[in-house]
Amino acid sequence: MIRLMGVLTLCVLGLFLLSLTIGPAAVPATESLTALFSTDYGPLTLVMREIRLPRAILAIVIGAGLGLAGAAMQGYLRNPLAEPGLIGVSGSAALGAVLAIHTGLAASSTLALPFAALTGAVTGVALIMILAGPRGGSLTLILAGIAISALAGALTSLVLNLSPNPFAANEIVFWMMGSLADRSMVHVWLALPFFCVGAALITWTARGLDALTLGEDAAETLGINLSQMRILLVLGTAAIVGGGTAVAGAIGFVGLVVPHILRPMVGASPSRLLWASALGGAVMLQLADIAVRVILPARDLKLGVVTALVGAPLFLHLIYKTRRELL
Amino acid sequence: MTGLDLRNLGVTLRQRQVFRDVSVTISEGEMVGLIGPNGAGKTSLMRAALGLVTHSGHSSLAQLTARERARTVAWMPQSREIAWPITVERLVALGRLPHLSPSGFIPEKDQVLIDQAIDRLDLGPLRQRAASRLSGGEQARALIARAVAQNTPVLMADEPIAGLDPAHQISTMRIFRDLANEGRAVLVSIHDLGLAARHCTRLILLAEGGVLADGPPAQVLSPELMARAFGISVWHENMALGPVFQPLEVVR
Repeated sequence: MIRLMGVLTLCVLGLFLLSLTIGPAAVPATESLTALFSTDYGPLTLVMREIRLPRAILAIVIGAGLGLAGAAMQGYLRNPLAEPGLIGVSGSAALGAVLAIHTGLAASSTLALPFAALTGAVTGVALIMILAGPRGGSLTLILAGIAISALAGALTSLVLNLSPNPFAANEIVFWMMGSLADRSMVHVWLALPFFCVGAALITWTARGLDALTLGEDAAETLGINLSQMRILLVLGTAAIVGGGTAVAGAIGFVGLVVPHILRPMVGASPSRLLWASALGGAVMLQLADIAVRVILPARDLKLGVVTALVGAPLFLHLIYKTRRELL
Repeated sequence: MTGLDLRNLGVTLRQRQVFRDVSVTISEGEMVGLIGPNGAGKTSLMRAALGLVTHSGHSSLAQLTARERARTVAWMPQSREIAWPITVERLVALGRLPHLSPSGFIPEKDQVLIDQAIDRLDLGPLRQRAASRLSGGEQARALIARAVAQNTPVLMADEPIAGLDPAHQISTMRIFRDLANEGRAVLVSIHDLGLAARHCTRLILLAEGGVLADGPPAQVLSPELMARAFGISVWHENMALGPVFQPLEVVR
């Protein structure tokens, strides 16, 4: 367990350094890393601090968030196919962002789009809390999440449908694929608090997730307050996914695949999986973001496309391997 | 106060009254079997006693805080749920959850209780196996060990022997009886009246919307009560080998 966390932490750090040294400007690694800490404010320092550093940090923060939220959702629903998007927050955040692009609000300032996405996410969470209620079971939560996702998806399609010109539609579609390109430190400061709050809320539920291994009744008689736990979990996941989607768009498969891969390595314990999965998520998103820049640097390959392209076959392989247990 | 005290307990589910005015006291040292036909409300009675469903009347457990309740009663639901392939040892350790600090660190004295529970149910060889991949009987044992590790004065189990082979049924009932003999109050719902007759110190017959009979097995398992509650004729004899009870025919 400790070894696994150590290895994952080393991977995160190594990939962070690698991520900092990759970019269209071919600069030797040592030179670029020195420039990061230099005080001469030369062009390279600027590139490092304003372009590469935010991108590398965001890959860690958003990846860790998705991994953590995915592990928590799977633990809570006791279903290895659950993922953070299930409660409808990513869909409603995307709708907010799409509306901002459609109305031209996104062009008015850097923060207009993330804030619109956050507004969408908050609306989605409010709806799900009303629908799933303080006393609803996990099934109500899933159904409410599916309904909200479907509604947000339909409205997003409506906006696309009504988009005034192909360029707006193009922009919307590309945004929805998810990307970390051209993000600034402002985006980092926007996403980071949401991640911290969300992570704190989810960590709070660790014990409850372990107890839920025995089912809801048994967990309750082990002293777990299930309705409080559900609220913590929904708000935590919403903060992480909402903040992440606001700055990077919809990035799928990280929250689904990472907990699944790491589960056997932590003895399947839901509480241990939380932080292992957070580190694993950071590793996976960093790898994807590096791949995006290395494979087709000129074509602006989208991050969400790569995570899905890598994630889906990996997931199929896992299902193939474990299908006997699943059935 | 140890044991379990229910006064005028009643449950209404979806506007249908399941039972009402159930007043029962179970003291330490007792192994009480809860019997009754399907739908009589055995599970509802136990869940109401725990405070897991809304009810009228009084239950000594339902008024405790969640934390106090977790230190007073261990509950084994009928569905033997093990969601993840965690090791048997970790599964049993979940019983210590209400007693641990949030860090999840298991102190020496808690580990001793876990080890004792594992030994008691002969789970030693299975200790590092994934609990969700064990056979039904092994899973049942692991879950009982979890409840034993919780080390509470009251134990409640909903049909703990359903789906087990005869040997496992008998040994499971023995374990509950031993736990009662050690000074715990044990309440198990059970459909196998023959095993109930042999292993319980007392039976509560739940039928017709309330407690139809409450007393020693010989008294509760009378032909009249069995005909009235279950609609069956029975053969019940006290032999050198202990009480032998056999349901015979459906009489209505």
